[in-house]
Amino acid sequence: MQKHQLIIVGGGLAGLRAAVEAKDEGLDVAILSQVHPGRSHSGAAQGGINAALANDPEAHDDNPEKHAFDTIKGSDYLADQDAAFQMTSDAPGVIFDMEHWGCPFSRYDDGRIAQRPFGGAGYPRTCYGADKTGHYLLHTLVEQSYKRGITMYIEWFVMELIVVDGVCKGVVAYDMIKGGFESFMGDAVVIATGGAGRIYSNSTNAIISTGGGMALAYRAGVPLKDMEFVQFHPTGLLTTNILMTEGCRGEGGYLINDLGERFMEKYAPKMMELAPRDITSRSIATEILEGRGIGGKDFVFLDLRHLGEARIAEKLPGIRDLAVHFEGVDPVHEPVPIVPSQHYTMGGIDTDADGVTSMPGLYAAGECACVSVHGANRLGGNSLLETIVFGKRAGVAAAKYVAGAASGADDARLAAAAKQASTAVAEGVERLADEGGREDPYAIRAEMIVTMKEHFGIYREQAEMQAGFDKLVALKERCRDMRLRNAGGAFNLDMIRTTELPGMVELALATAKGALERTESRGSHSRTDHKERDDADWLKHTLARYEPDGPPRLDSKPVTLGMFEPKERTY
Amino acid sequence: MAEARFRIKRFDPVDDEKPWFTTYTVPYESSMTVLEGLFSIQEHQDGTLAFRYCCRAAVCGSCSMYINGRYRLACQTNVTQLKGDDVTIEPMPHLPVVKDLVCDMNDFFAKYEHIKPWLIRSSSDPEKEIAQSPKQRKKLDMPIDCILCGSCYSSCPSVWGEDSYLGPAALLKAYRFEVDSRDQARKERLPQFDNERGVYRCHTITNCVEACPKELNPTEGIQWLKGAAVRRRLFGRAK
Repeated sequence: MQKHQLIIVGGGLAGLRAAVEAKDEGLDVAILSQVHPGRSHSGAAQGGINAALANDPEAHDDNPEKHAFDTIKGSDYLADQDAAFQMTSDAPGVIFDMEHWGCPFSRYDDGRIAQRPFGGAGYPRTCYGADKTGHYLLHTLVEQSYKRGITMYIEWFVMELIVVDGVCKGVVAYDMIKGGFESFMGDAVVIATGGAGRIYSNSTNAIISTGGGMALAYRAGVPLKDMEFVQFHPTGLLTTNILMTEGCRGEGGYLINDLGERFMEKYAPKMMELAPRDITSRSIATEILEGRGIGGKDFVFLDLRHLGEARIAEKLPGIRDLAVHFEGVDPVHEPVPIVPSQHYTMGGIDTDADGVTSMPGLYAAGECACVSVHGANRLGGNSLLETIVFGKRAGVAAAKYVAGAASGADDARLAAAAKQASTAVAEGVERLADEGGREDPYAIRAEMIVTMKEHFGIYREQAEMQAGFDKLVALKERCRDMRLRNAGGAFNLDMIRTTELPGMVELALATAKGALERTESRGSHSRTDHKERDDADWLKHTLARYEPDGPPRLDSKPVTLGMFEPKERTY
Repeated sequence: MAEARFRIKRFDPVDDEKPWFTTYTVPYESSMTVLEGLFSIQEHQDGTLAFRYCCRAAVCGSCSMYINGRYRLACQTNVTQLKGDDVTIEPMPHLPVVKDLVCDMNDFFAKYEHIKPWLIRSSSDPEKEIAQSPKQRKKLDMPIDCILCGSCYSSCPSVWGEDSYLGPAALLKAYRFEVDSRDQARKERLPQFDNERGVYRCHTITNCVEACPKELNPTEGIQWLKGAAVRRRLFGRAK
């Protein structure tokens, strides 16, 4: 058993930012991550991070209130307005922190942080470092974590929460390097494990973005909020779904159909290619459905050629490399074939703006959490912002909780709980290997990801979704009879990928349940059988609650309004 | 349907006295990355195969391996770009092996930490950003793209010959901060690399340049550090 005051699960931007903050508050902090923190998926973010710095000459009157308005309008009014304003108000400060810690942002001639236009934003508000902003932010926080001597358990895969008398007291993790399981006890736990993109077959996300932390909290009784809202990024590479940043269009790139038209003219005449992602992805899907994909096929072109080689080299060097290496297309000379691709989980663990969940001692921040600031559709540049704003806030809140935590259960009892928990996990894995289930976990996984793509994609409809839902219910049942081929040893990918699968199916079911029930179109949730937004019945968050023996139960909670009246969205 | 043959170097230090090779036949349609091939084997043929992965988009630095005798990222290497359908895959050479294609990176990151890879400031920070001109910022372009994959470190004969040598990745990181106009380390970082463990152990063999999957040039950074170290010794000048 290991003991620290604060246990952080996940070493991406949100987890690292929480760790830095809590460490500076004087806590003994430990991060557990299944990859070296510098390899986290935050590092794949490209285009930038929003803050109303008003550095651009065109943006001299930008401010956090306008940033909040764009965020809330972008969310199709499902964001909690106080939380969104909190995020946009905190934004300049947390960006300056990152800059003071060395983050290499691109610059204007006057030495200030450069900002580019991004989708759904009224001003050039997106701070960036070329097209590798996530990589630069992530390495900056990794560096700051080393500087502070924060304990990092690297390549430890967390498999279970330890809950004593309803209070979160630690986690059980698998030691990928040495093999074996161990309990990590803490006065509080922060989950920061990122999104669940990999429940879809067509995701831009890293292979490890399987929603592990969401599933841990969910199965321990914490509700998931708004899971039906899944963002499809307009521009994933055709063959791999690897991300081509929105910055491509921020820098002036065009979307082109088979007729050579800039078709966004029809859908968002004012903002064109810089409409929010839900609208842009739907527009591409419509072009494809109506036969105007390139050569009648399932893709359109992202055309950067008119930007010229010099501008692409300066502003989008990583994009050029990715297109060349993964699609065999050089954007300087050829248009890039792209397709909308699952990109971001708007829903997640139900938290407030301090990362507090319904379970005492358990906090969540980043993509795995749902505050909600993104509502039904997240704006580009707001997810990196979310990680460092709410990572920091969760770190502060957890530190305060730890300082004030009544001792509660005594040490002997906690030690017993720790031992029991790690033993139970180890025995569970042994059982999975020994009892000779019949189901191949990789077959279940393959069916799940295709079901999500086909039945819960950009356009949704009742009968289609019901069929998908029924498939997922059957997959959940099949998970009970899974076969694990290899139980022991180090770096056991079989064990990791098999044991995480039932949690992924649960997240898929929660997504499906919310999508089926929500009989309206709002943001990314677009139903062909309920085309209008229905504020009378559905201006509310859904909460999915875990049921061990079937699909989730759904209830709801109100949206916090107060700043801006919900209106129709036009761009 | 095409087929590739993956000849993979296997080693489990718990069970094996020495490494051995297994060959797997991996079917694919029109294209397949080496990483996709490894997953196909792990899922359908041999669940005991161990390898690192994460982003599959050449930015996280997890899947650096020695593929057909060259350092490559498995995710960025398509079998259709390799000559023939025979692919030999080994872990990065000269590093201890945890299992199969997974190398022990502890020394690598201990050396990274040793050079104090963080911005060091002596004056207090302004309320807003610390100003940095585009020209000053441009000096960071090369070193900040390092993904810490370890290819350069594994490829460096000076690392092979001297366990304590910090190696190209850690020194490139020192360079990244030493050339940053915002960094004010005068003496804090210098002693970490101005010695035989550090820059003077680099004999400009430039294997690192050839090995780097991001086409960076650690050697150039190390030579700059040598110059800076000498200037500081002679003239006491910071940068």
